[in-house]
Amino acid sequence: MWSPEYESMAGERRRELQLKRLKATVERVYNRVPFYRAKMEKAGITPADIQSLEDLKYLPFTTKEDLRLNYPFGLFATELDEVVRIHASSGTTGKMTVVGYTKNDLGVWSEVMARSIVSTGGGRHDRIQIAYGYGLFTGGLGAHYGAELVGAMVVPISGGNTKRQLQVMRDFGVTILACTPSYALYMAETAQEEGIDLRALPLRIGIFGAEPWSEPMRQRIEEQFGIKAYDIYGLSEIIGPGVAIECSEQNGLHIMEDHFLPEVIDPVTERPLAAGEKGELVFTTLTKEAFPLIRYRTKDLSILYSEPCACGRTTKRMHRILGRTDDMLIIRGVNIFPSQIESVLLENGDTAPHYQLVVDRKGNLDDLEVRIEVSEELFASEIRKLEELGANIRRKIESALGISVRVKLVEPKSIPRSEGKAVRVIDRRNLYNG
Amino acid sequence: MKVKQISVFLENKSGRLAQVTKILGTNRINIRALAIADTADYGILRLIVNDPGRALTVLRAEGLTVRETEVIAVEVPDQPGGLADILQELDAKGINIEYMYAFVGKAAGNAIVIFRVEEIDRAVELLKNSQVKLLPERELYHY
Repeated sequence: MWSPEYESMAGERRRELQLKRLKATVERVYNRVPFYRAKMEKAGITPADIQSLEDLKYLPFTTKEDLRLNYPFGLFATELDEVVRIHASSGTTGKMTVVGYTKNDLGVWSEVMARSIVSTGGGRHDRIQIAYGYGLFTGGLGAHYGAELVGAMVVPISGGNTKRQLQVMRDFGVTILACTPSYALYMAETAQEEGIDLRALPLRIGIFGAEPWSEPMRQRIEEQFGIKAYDIYGLSEIIGPGVAIECSEQNGLHIMEDHFLPEVIDPVTERPLAAGEKGELVFTTLTKEAFPLIRYRTKDLSILYSEPCACGRTTKRMHRILGRTDDMLIIRGVNIFPSQIESVLLENGDTAPHYQLVVDRKGNLDDLEVRIEVSEELFASEIRKLEELGANIRRKIESALGISVRVKLVEPKSIPRSEGKAVRVIDRRNLYNG
Repeated sequence: MKVKQISVFLENKSGRLAQVTKILGTNRINIRALAIADTADYGILRLIVNDPGRALTVLRAEGLTVRETEVIAVEVPDQPGGLADILQELDAKGINIEYMYAFVGKAAGNAIVIFRVEEIDRAVELLKNSQVKLLPERELYHY
């Protein structure tokens, strides 16, 4: 462990620490951020009402919409002179979400990232290739500072240029790869084309995050690279990567609870749920100065576990992300998560996990087309065999989802999978525009 | 006496066939015969070329899904009833055809028919001492 004092702290002591920090954070935003004061006044509470961790539930939620409305710096709780770094997440649905960091905030971020790297078995002797994007996106620089703090050799290659990534990985004797899981698979594919045997390289650990992935995908990555693949969780609003990380048990992600206070709520009733119940993750930051957040709704679905872990850490664990409250597709009245389809495709075993869902409305009927790239392993010269392949996949998806779908076989590389996040869903129905 | 066919997966998009043939042309690979089977969404291009190994490499390098498929090539007398006799023979021996296509070679008097059959090794064995003449690779690629 990087910080055993905090990572394996006794539960009672941690709760005391959390309460102390929560009180200070609430005090801070109440006094410094008009938005929070107005919200709390409307809810009829003051910082003095927070006397236990249970009182957290009286505080109003903060949403991504609130962040947009206060663009760019409206929610900052320090003088802007104290802010030494800005990050922003891309505006797929409107304005960018802007976050700021003081020097201390960067220190906390480096600390939690260092813990994360050590949690996966990494250390100062490792060489870490950071293929997350550098820039406004938090992935690259977040991993970078943590890796430097650990004392590893950092290869800040950023995303893109896959052939060069592979060359660097091989020539520099890289031992840890940090990137999105879909990009890792893309690299594996390219390596195969280039005749590079990934399993023969010194690479031994993968730290993958920034997008949801599944257990079969982990197995595929581990097999193709000959490494252990770990899930890392984070979002720029909270701090970036390093909010939670898997340990050697690979059974849930340990949350850095001394810095981020987790809750899981029912996304509809907004009622807090007990450990073991699936719902929306909500975080309250406990130590951040520039951009504290109170009960931030992540729209990520997960489950919290408070059972002790064999690794010795005493922090709560979260299940790998089970979906988003907002990428849930409702097709002909049935709730569909793309991750469900991904699981089916990967269980199939013989299909490379490159797929895309195209949702459209034909007449008044929702239509779901699942595009699947035909790899050489799948390909046959007989139409009959390809038709059987498509029909077989279709049947499996239909039985998993309970709705009918169309499967379309497409050429390799025809589905846009960038060096960042794969474009998994195209919804042409315009559900939100009247 | 199996011969090699190159099979290419193509989405039904304009210019795909032109692209494949251009890659082959640029690499000085000669197409001896071709056939296309298609569905609403995609097609399978089947090619007999003078250098299947290199064709596979160059097409794969361009990111296409390709595969080497084993087929048999039969020389058929270029006259009425020529193909019927051959098909009858295959049927009599219980050889099932997945697909077939034909072309007329340079040598006068004969046509070439390419067969993709089930259990190809068994089929080759059965046809060994029959009136069906199987063309060896060397002859087919330069026929």
